[in-house]
Amino acid sequence: MKWRYLKQNVFFLMVRLSALSIAVAIGAFLFYIFYHGAGVISWSFLTEPPRDAMTKGGIMPAILGTFYLTLGALMIALPLGITSAVYLSEYAKQGPAVRIIRIGVNCLAGVPSIVFGLFGLGLFVVFLQFGSSIASGALTLGFLILPTIIGASEEALKAVPRTFREASLALGVSKWQTIFRIVLPSALPGILTGSILGIGRAAGETAPIMFTAAAFFTPLLPKSIFDQVMALPYHVYVLATAGTHIEETRPIQYGTIVVLVALVLGIDLVAIIIRSWIRKKKRW
Amino acid sequence: MQDNNTIIQCQNVNFYYGNFRALTDVTMDFEQNRVTALIGPSGCGKSTLLRLLNRMNDLIDGTRVEGRILFEGRDIYGDKVDPVEVRKRIGMVFQKPNPFPKSIFNNITYGPRLAGLQRKSDLEALVERSLKQASLWEEARDILGQSAMMLSGGQQQRLCIARALAMKPDILLMDEPTSALDPISTAKIEELIDELKKQYTIIIVTHNMQQAARVSDSTGFFYLGKLIEFNPTEKLFTNPDEKQTEDYITGRFG
Repeated sequence: MKWRYLKQNVFFLMVRLSALSIAVAIGAFLFYIFYHGAGVISWSFLTEPPRDAMTKGGIMPAILGTFYLTLGALMIALPLGITSAVYLSEYAKQGPAVRIIRIGVNCLAGVPSIVFGLFGLGLFVVFLQFGSSIASGALTLGFLILPTIIGASEEALKAVPRTFREASLALGVSKWQTIFRIVLPSALPGILTGSILGIGRAAGETAPIMFTAAAFFTPLLPKSIFDQVMALPYHVYVLATAGTHIEETRPIQYGTIVVLVALVLGIDLVAIIIRSWIRKKKRW
Repeated sequence: MQDNNTIIQCQNVNFYYGNFRALTDVTMDFEQNRVTALIGPSGCGKSTLLRLLNRMNDLIDGTRVEGRILFEGRDIYGDKVDPVEVRKRIGMVFQKPNPFPKSIFNNITYGPRLAGLQRKSDLEALVERSLKQASLWEEARDILGQSAMMLSGGQQQRLCIARALAMKPDILLMDEPTSALDPISTAKIEELIDELKKQYTIIIVTHNMQQAARVSDSTGFFYLGKLIEFNPTEKLFTNPDEKQTEDYITGRFG
């Protein structure tokens, strides 16, 4: 009897400890970053370009660059991803062709991000001659998050009750109109949640934009989508490894990380808020 | 059964889900402005037949129809027939109430709007007419802008009937329309069916034999994908031709 309780308690303790260790790891990580980086965060840090070989000044061009790249990636991947998902889940006859497309999508999701970077370099930068630019970077990031968006959209479309489709079709409404008027609006919040989580990841990626969009240093703001930009993750990389004054730029590096983490967590927070809002509203 | 009043004729209809034959050689005529009930144990093919009549089975992959189904003399499975047009004239009410997550008003105007009706006054008149026909007007007239999801199950089902009627169909197919409802809501829908048959042809699938006996003029009994007996309701329930029908309605199986 006693032995059994003991075993149970040991087991509970282990479960608790594993859960706790995750919380501790995240907490320690955030604490470390903010401890080192919070000091440099100021209004001027967020709004000024770097000065004196990046040892002083702010990171505004990098914030703006990441914003443009992320927005561009979303503008490319969202329409493409949603339409692909609509095709896969609503139109395509389930068969070998669809299976191959699905396998392709899953493979795409497993491709290392540096490979996307090289692919973007070969296709957009060199072959299509977009150069290292917002366009090339956004396209590369767009393809990187495409599988996430297709996956999220398919899940959201599947979650729309079949009875909605039947009800609409039985009224003599065409399949296209049914999808456009009933299925997509019902699935849209779910699609957006999944896509925003995907875009949060894209915002923090370094490898895909390294060769396709990111500038080592440019105090100029982009004038067109064919200009290079600075970007937060690449800026961190540069400050940490490739700068000439690594010790002096250390605080700026941590400050940049704080901004990047805050940005990504902020994007995730938006997704979480949308999701909880849908759950409250949903009544089917 | 054959007379000039026939609106739908099924001629030697076979239906397959993949290799499984769900209907075997069904031949039956449905009469205009009558209520026809389809009864039989689960899996007997009655719902399958109902869904064949407005081509809802098209939505399922790997199905196949043989034979002919004539609606006003035209084969609805003919090459040039658009299923969308068929469904505009043959409406359907489902087992579980399935209103859209929209307002009551927009639930009813959804179909007609997409079919081209745009004028606000027309739409308002249509909503009133449809809700009155479905005996929901008194309960819903002041809350037309509210979500249909706020209604009770029985009200939702009457809304679904109103929504189907708003398309001004000739035929209304009902697939166990009261099986998810309480007795009071069921009684209301049965009354409604009685009222609606003046204007519409109604074909209703039901598990409830008392319901079939109460609301229908003719009843078809299905068993294992075959139409065993098709007779006026009174005759089928009091003096059936077939032994199997008698066994079923007296509760010996099914």
